[in-house]
Amino acid sequence: MQHRTRALILSIIPGFGQFYNKQWVKGLVYLVLTASFFIVFKDLLNMGLWGIVTLGTEVPRDNSIFLLAEGILAVIVTVMGLFIYYLNLKDAYKNGRLRDEGKLPNTLRDQYRNLVEQGYPYVVAGPSLFILIFAVVFPILFSIALAFTNYDLYHSPPAKLIDWVGLDTFANIFTVDIWRSTFFDVLAWTVVWTLCASTLQVSLGIFLAVVVNQKDLRFKKFIRTVLVLPWAVPGFVTILVFAGLFNDSFGAINNDILAFFGIDPVPWLTDANWSRLALIMMQGWLGFPFVFLVTTGVLQSIPEELYEAATIDGASIFAKFKNITFPMILIAMAPIIITQFTFNFNNFNIIYLFNGGGPAMPGTTAGGTDILVSWIYKLTMQSSQYSLAAALTILLSIFVIAIALWQFRKTNSFKEE
Amino acid sequence: MILNVKKKNFIRLFVSYLIVFFMVVVIIYPLIWTVGASFNPGNSLISTSIIPKNPTLDHYKELFAGKESLQYGQWYLNSLKISIFTMIGTVISVSFTAYAFSRFRFKGRKNGLVLFLLLQMIPQFSALIALFVFAQMLGLMNSHWLLIFLYIGGLIPMNTYLMKGYLDAIPVSLDESARIDGASNTRIFLQILMPLSRPMIAVIAMNGFTNPLGDFVLSSVILRDPESYTLPIGLYNLVNDVMGASYTTFAAGAILISIPVAVIFVMLQKHFVSGLTAGGTKG
Repeated sequence: MQHRTRALILSIIPGFGQFYNKQWVKGLVYLVLTASFFIVFKDLLNMGLWGIVTLGTEVPRDNSIFLLAEGILAVIVTVMGLFIYYLNLKDAYKNGRLRDEGKLPNTLRDQYRNLVEQGYPYVVAGPSLFILIFAVVFPILFSIALAFTNYDLYHSPPAKLIDWVGLDTFANIFTVDIWRSTFFDVLAWTVVWTLCASTLQVSLGIFLAVVVNQKDLRFKKFIRTVLVLPWAVPGFVTILVFAGLFNDSFGAINNDILAFFGIDPVPWLTDANWSRLALIMMQGWLGFPFVFLVTTGVLQSIPEELYEAATIDGASIFAKFKNITFPMILIAMAPIIITQFTFNFNNFNIIYLFNGGGPAMPGTTAGGTDILVSWIYKLTMQSSQYSLAAALTILLSIFVIAIALWQFRKTNSFKEE
Repeated sequence: MILNVKKKNFIRLFVSYLIVFFMVVVIIYPLIWTVGASFNPGNSLISTSIIPKNPTLDHYKELFAGKESLQYGQWYLNSLKISIFTMIGTVISVSFTAYAFSRFRFKGRKNGLVLFLLLQMIPQFSALIALFVFAQMLGLMNSHWLLIFLYIGGLIPMNTYLMKGYLDAIPVSLDESARIDGASNTRIFLQILMPLSRPMIAVIAMNGFTNPLGDFVLSSVILRDPESYTLPIGLYNLVNDVMGASYTTFAAGAILISIPVAVIFVMLQKHFVSGLTAGGTKG
């Protein structure tokens, strides 16, 4: 039998394969690591893996939510353990093969040097990974898990246990009438909102940048500073200010501006369609300055000769814009434009701070202007429909990821890797 | 012919000025209106005019009067504290991580990048339910440090990508010549790469500062005690508790946070934009 096979088989117990390869210290490290892994995590693994399968069997001894959390931790720990185990197997096999080829495995000093050199990126990136796992990955896994349970107001620990229900919640979204109609209403408005608001802010930003960039326009510096103000003022402040401005009874838009033109007051906050219009206009106001700023930067980097050549050929202003300016802007700004769309898709603040996603609609948990994220927020915070909210979150994430992946494939920016 | 060109130019400029003037009015009006509201006597806005007849500083005084439900000074400090610590934490963790991903070829690098890409796409929102349930059960309600930890975690994936893109564009020959001179990895990073990537660091610092400052979702889930509120929650409650009744006080509070932030933004906009376009086009 070859060394590599023998080392591989022996390292089923971590460390022994290394011992076989006469790498004593390394073998010892693996052995001690394995032993301490089991000693430290024994309870967590035992309890967690039991808990994640059963979610508790007895009230009040078991709290399903804690068991689920422990279970997910146990799964994370198990995956890390398996990874180390895999490294162990691979290492024993590799050094065994070196011996088969008649070479000597690395000496202890070489190993140490390797570790220091190759370890550097792990050391500097490690803390971030740690934060990510606990601040982002773990909560996301937990939310995903909740989507497959029946956790809601009526199945709520510590008084009640929760159970795995598989895909029931997802099925309910599409089969229970009220949920289905609400879901599709909200989804439709989310898509309309994303398209309208983003298109408005992007086109307004580009248009104004082109206008202000004209050579013979004066007061450029002043104009640019003013146009950038909506971006500079914190967004939540502006949204709340607008909530006051649009207020049906005392807002200045009804009382001062529309009254000045002799138009009757408009129910901005209490009629769904007017609210939607107000939201899209506000997002245009809030969002265009950033596009304006970036476009201005792009415009200033377009070489002057292009325009001069076009002028000599007798091109009109619009021809120049269509054939020079616009393509240049699009190429340079494609990623930024797309982030505007994804940003608005999840733009919770403007929807919720303006009128809480309202006005309330009879018979549904979603208000007239709720987009998916604000609806999920309400389901969680106000009506305790946790599993429904979690299932919706998964649908939303799949949607966003699909679009983002499609975009990445199109822009090819990931192919470099 | 010449007259025609002149006329055309005049019309073009005239229309341009008209558009710009319209936009300036649209932008300035809500801002001035807020300023006016903050000096208006009384609580309601029904009698508000942009230039108040009897301007008063009462609303500013009320912010700091130390009412139980209106601890504006405390909210301000809370927001500053959370934003500053998030900013520092984000800049440190992001720049080192991006350095590792940009300059080293290590096992798991590609998987790491894919993980970051994926996490960048999933909104942190998806973790909301988990955070709500946990914070409630573990008694971590009102913890600013938990919030800072979560913000940093949420900012890492996307900003690491931005920073990595920027570092990738800096020639590796710079590192190599320094390494020949005997500089360590950390020194190369701190003394050569960091100074060169200042525009991108400015962007990341800005993201780290403004993200917590504007966040309503996470902070409203975790902060329940008026004493621990940040400005978005505090001001939101101020406006919505009795809609309209304390709007003028809100306006005063809004002014005090907007002016410093706006001034910083306007002063530093050039840096932000150059960093963002560089990072944006690199993907």
